[in-house]
Amino acid sequence: MSASAVVFYILSFFILATGLLAVTSRKIFRSAIWLLFSLTGIAGLYFWLQMEFIAAVQIVVYVGGIVVLIIFSIFLTQQSGKDLPAPVRGRVLFSTLAVCAGFALTCVLLRGYAFRPLGHPVGGGGAGAGAENMGVDASVGNIGAQLLSTSEHGYVLPFEVISILLLAAMIGCIVIAIKVKPEDK
Amino acid sequence: MNQVPLSHILFVSTALFFIGMYGLFTRRNMITMLMSVELILNSVNINFVAFNKYLYPDKLEGVFFTLFIIAIAAAEAAVAIAIIINLYRNLHSIDVEATDEMKF
Repeated sequence: MSASAVVFYILSFFILATGLLAVTSRKIFRSAIWLLFSLTGIAGLYFWLQMEFIAAVQIVVYVGGIVVLIIFSIFLTQQSGKDLPAPVRGRVLFSTLAVCAGFALTCVLLRGYAFRPLGHPVGGGGAGAGAENMGVDASVGNIGAQLLSTSEHGYVLPFEVISILLLAAMIGCIVIAIKVKPEDK
Repeated sequence: MNQVPLSHILFVSTALFFIGMYGLFTRRNMITMLMSVELILNSVNINFVAFNKYLYPDKLEGVFFTLFIIAIAAAEAAVAIAIIINLYRNLHSIDVEATDEMKF
């Protein structure tokens, strides 16, 4: 087992352990902090996959944006030291059963399917110079050029649509969360 | 990274997805349910990036899908938190069992 594989297994153990703690912790603030660790671990997984731009976006948007937003809303809406009520025992039992069944089914399906790169004779397990060359060119320049290209495989239309969506979400948030003064009611 | 087969990355993302499902089933607090949804979205992102890396190494579509999913997740989290704050102002609770005003 090479050093790279060891790094992958450590990272995945970290992600899964902190994710499990995030959904089971009884203190909501600790739960948010475990979520922060899990998202950072996923950014590390992207670094391991040599997708540096995605990892940077993950850190900036998730760790720097969404988790901070969640922590703010925790402080705005409840006493952070208070324990959450324990979930009903029957609900825990049935959701554990459902989740384990779903996981087992997906694992069986994944095991039975042989993933092959299309148009590339060298598989993911092949060692040597041929396998070394199959890296994705995920540099920022390449991503930006294709993101704003108007040719056949360009993504300029989804890019514009998503900017409209972000604007609409921003205005919608302000409209929903705005405080109505009593005399206006 | 060539020593790790694609299926192991998919096992990790599947496990993360079902951890998020477990949180969504058991939690009754809206903020913690939102956290579970974020975990599920992240597991999907891992899948897209891994498929792009292993199966289509000459293309970038998985990267773009991941970027768009991250943008939509940010918008979704912002709207969800605005709704949560508005609900807290009206009901003084963010438990989903308390929001039964529109129940028929």
